Amino acid sequence: MTDTLQFFIDQQAVPFQPGQTLMQAAQAAGLYIPHLCFHDGLTPHGSCRVCIVEINGSIRAACTTPATANLQVHSETSALRTQRRQLIELLFAEGNHLCPSCEVSGNCQLQALAYDLGMTHYEFVPLDPHRQNDGSHPDLFIEQDRCIFCELCTRSAQQQDHKNVFGIGGRGADTYLFAQADSSRLADTAITAQDHAAHICPVGCILPKQGSYQIPIGQRVYDEQPIHLRGNHRPDEQDATP
Amino acid sequence: MSTDAASTVKVKVATCSLAGCFGCHMSFLDIDERIIPLIDVIQFDRSPLTDIKIIGDCDIGLIEGGLCNEENVHVAQQFRQHCKILVAVGACAINGGVPALRNRYSAQECLEESYLHGLGVVDAQIPNDAELPALLPKVVPLQSAVHVDYFLPGCPPPADAFMEIINAVLQKREPQLDYATRRFD
Repeated sequence: MTDTLQFFIDQQAVPFQPGQTLMQAAQAAGLYIPHLCFHDGLTPHGSCRVCIVEINGSIRAACTTPATANLQVHSETSALRTQRRQLIELLFAEGNHLCPSCEVSGNCQLQALAYDLGMTHYEFVPLDPHRQNDGSHPDLFIEQDRCIFCELCTRSAQQQDHKNVFGIGGRGADTYLFAQADSSRLADTAITAQDHAAHICPVGCILPKQGSYQIPIGQRVYDEQPIHLRGNHRPDEQDATP
Repeated sequence: MSTDAASTVKVKVATCSLAGCFGCHMSFLDIDERIIPLIDVIQFDRSPLTDIKIIGDCDIGLIEGGLCNEENVHVAQQFRQHCKILVAVGACAINGGVPALRNRYSAQECLEESYLHGLGVVDAQIPNDAELPALLPKVVPLQSAVHVDYFLPGCPPPADAFMEIINAVLQKREPQLDYATRRFD
């Protein structure tokens, strides 16, 4: 029998299997590292950077950094908390994240992280994007200006649903989510309301056309429990066909 | 809450609603019976609650709503000039809120939709009275025009959040918004 492999997050031992990332091992051990673009079972993306941790004085994304034995990882430091909050503030400023008018308020992982990281406002100038929304699909709506480009939908469609449905085009402030069809309309892709990709968006970008606002305030995912206790969840994630 | 009646000088509070809906003021009034001991220690200056039109020197200014026209900017600057502590109250003051949904269109497009081309418009014309303040190109947050000391998020912020900010000032400490009082909707 070999010794258990382990590393340390904020002095707490975390066991891991060879090949696991810091995030995967932490999640398996029940330790929450804030994140948006990570989803267990999908290839890591490393794009949202909210899962930044400090290792030997350098900042790494926990979702793309392989776990190695005896590594000393710092996660819940004041500096990292501030940087994570600023990343969330940037995401708010970049999109149409006006919570009172959003269908997923209370169930939104971006909003929940803002709550948890102590954000009350942001000083960044809002970009006020104006992209073309897509209401062509009978069951799903794409509110383009809320996309945070985490590509959970892209990866979920490819790796769980085995379909090419979404892609990311453009650069910088002109980046946009598009449907993989000649017409660029979601209705002309193979996605269905039962697909995993239809139930994975962490914000209010890919929305079901039916059922919004039906969960009373007080019973939504993050009304009572912060995301570091509740985890990253959507109320309809079980609606995806296994 | 500090209810030290021996404190003879009352804390002066001014409030106003700019590009908002007065929902934050309604939520403030949700403090219900807690307003009774509060009036022993605070005094309202300019506010829709007093109908005082001109602001005097105050300890706390509570501004609801973002900035959508030139008069809003003027009032925000007056509040900043006269208030030791300025608080942005609610989602609209903090990031423009629902009124900021117009930011994807130009102000002229909004006026034309409302007064020329909108459903049910009769005698279509865009109001141009000189007393009407000009619209800003975009609805912008309060902190884009003046320095803001504290932020009460929420649509509206809960009554407990108002109590916390006032108690913190009365007790000369930093306000602490817990999970339940730090909401964006």
